Amino acid sequence: MLKNMKKSTRSNIITYAMVIVAYIVMQTLVSTGSVTNLIQGLLVPLCAYSILAVSLNLTVGILGELSLGHAGFMCVGAFVSAAFSKINATSIENDLLRFIIAIIIAAVCAGIVGILIGIPVLRLKGDYLAIVTLAFGEIIKNVMNVIYLGVDSKGIHFCITKASDLNMESDGKIIINGATGITGTPHSSNFTIGVILLLITLFIVLNLINSRSGRAIMAIRDNSIAAESIGIDLTKYKMLAFSISAMLAGVAGALYSHNLSTLAATSKNFGYNMSIMILVFVVLGGIGNIRGSIIAAIILTLLPELLRAVNDYRMLIYAILLIALMLFNSSPAGINFREKYGIGRLLHKNGPDLSETAGTQRAHHVEGAGKKGV
Amino acid sequence: MAILDIKNLGISFGGLRAVDNFNLSIEKGELYGLIGPNGAGKTTVFNLMTGVYKPSDGIIMLDGENITGKNTVEINKAGIARTFQNIRLFKNLSVLDNVKTGLHNEFAYSTAVGIFRLPGYFKDERLMDEKALSLLKVFDLDGEKDYKASNLPYGKQRKLEMARALATSPKLLLLDEPAAGMNPNETKELMETIKFVRDEFDMTILLIEHDMRLVSGICERLSVLNFGQVLCQGPTGEVLNNPEVIKAYLGD
Ligand SMILES: Nc1ncnc2c1ncn2[C@@H]1O[C@H](COP(=O)(O)OP(=O)(O)OP(=O)(O)O)[C@@H](O)[C@H]1O
Ligand SMILES: [Mg+2]
Repeated sequence: MLKNMKKSTRSNIITYAMVIVAYIVMQTLVSTGSVTNLIQGLLVPLCAYSILAVSLNLTVGILGELSLGHAGFMCVGAFVSAAFSKINATSIENDLLRFIIAIIIAAVCAGIVGILIGIPVLRLKGDYLAIVTLAFGEIIKNVMNVIYLGVDSKGIHFCITKASDLNMESDGKIIINGATGITGTPHSSNFTIGVILLLITLFIVLNLINSRSGRAIMAIRDNSIAAESIGIDLTKYKMLAFSISAMLAGVAGALYSHNLSTLAATSKNFGYNMSIMILVFVVLGGIGNIRGSIIAAIILTLLPELLRAVNDYRMLIYAILLIALMLFNSSPAGINFREKYGIGRLLHKNGPDLSETAGTQRAHHVEGAGKKGV
Repeated sequence: MAILDIKNLGISFGGLRAVDNFNLSIEKGELYGLIGPNGAGKTTVFNLMTGVYKPSDGIIMLDGENITGKNTVEINKAGIARTFQNIRLFKNLSVLDNVKTGLHNEFAYSTAVGIFRLPGYFKDERLMDEKALSLLKVFDLDGEKDYKASNLPYGKQRKLEMARALATSPKLLLLDEPAAGMNPNETKELMETIKFVRDEFDMTILLIEHDMRLVSGICERLSVLNFGQVLCQGPTGEVLNNPEVIKAYLGD
């Protein structure tokens, strides 16, 4: 049955299956008690990182624009959703319902910020775009650090100076407390919800890629002049890809913030460190390769923990593995290896069919397949 | 009525007058050639016609519609499609997807329909597949439909570019040196294909070409451009025997 399907459909099914199998395996391990607390604590962040990596791959791999501010959108999603959940902690009693609304709000707000930033930024190209997105990411993080938000019987209070300037009644409750952030967000995230959100993210991104809009986005990536010449509106589709990417990062932010008791916008969790880390997942997983992004996110998040046993050599092994992954992904030898052992063979059964040019054609084919990394 | 009518078209790059007082009128269904030495301004004329550059003078009428100053997307929707001198394919997309991208505005289901796989998606995708395949057949590329575009040999890449342009159902097809880099056999085959496209799709074609066998073999009329100006225009046979044209090509 798998054989008769379009290769993109087949590849997508493998991706979904991989996530589901990983989930089942992990759940089994957790229920039999063979997983350390540390790793258990990483399960929700893992889902959030995977969603971030997939969504950034939409901007970097599919749209072909280097963005270094992805953590900024995550930050927006994390804060608005956490604030919403804290405000409504008692008024919406159903935890799941409240979380779902929070996630939707996170997606919408991050999407809007994505559009606002995309308007000026997507006029730029290459390095310039990377630098400006980096700056916007930092700006978002720093803005979050000066926001004070509180609620009392009179409604919502907001200021950017200090908590006492909120002028709240005595029954007032501070929601966002400047650099201290948000404390006491309901703990609504769990591994199952994380995996479901990851699957939804995959569904959106993979279906987008295999549709008219996705082709338009990739056409712009490959050759914007040619894309325009056949009537594709560059601005529209760049904005589309960028804002969907931002929305999904917002969802990851909501998942992330509802897993923490204290949420503060530090440079570690929402600054460029995070943006770069997500980019590393994307690059090592293969630019444009959605499944690879998830694999890289999982391996690179779990590795430092798994290597604790050999603590002294931890970073050394980590670095070596990074290099190995890179070689496996992009060096000609690595590509040949993958071809030989079947990873790439699935994708290109047409090579030898072309009898007249079989030899050279096949060779080109193999090389090309590796470059795309699918 | 002429399908394309260009009056007094001109553009300057800094001090260089790349195209000056250019006039051209093409009838529906015609196969028209634009020739001239290197750097004469031929590609610039295409770029002006497709909105890549904004003309500093002149008017371009397509099928009675003034398209002067419109942007590339609007001009494509108005009915001009083109190929490029230095091939511009969507390298990482499959051959089939390159053509399907050309059907972007004909089967315009929304992004939401695409993401959530609503019924319109399957119908439109099937129709796109069928139409794209039938176009690939014209260019004998249907066997390579799942190849990555960049893996096609050079001659086939040029054909794929034509197929993609045709997918937008243009009124006027512009070909910029379609035979460049082809061997004599491929060129002969290409001449047949171009003629076939004109007849089959009732297409009007304006092409730039240096290969004189192709030009004299299929073009009905020619314009010769030299230093941005029209040196002479008329039926192919007359133009190619014009002493001034011969001089421009061979130099003094
Ligand atoms: N964007 C630009 N900026 C400055 N000069 C340009 C630009 N585009 C074209 N030119 C100049 O305009 C002149 C005409 O160029 P064009 O590409 O139209 O020539 P062509 O007739 O197509 O030549 P070829 O046969 O070599 O393709 C050249 O001198 C070129 O350098
Ligand atoms: Mg040229």
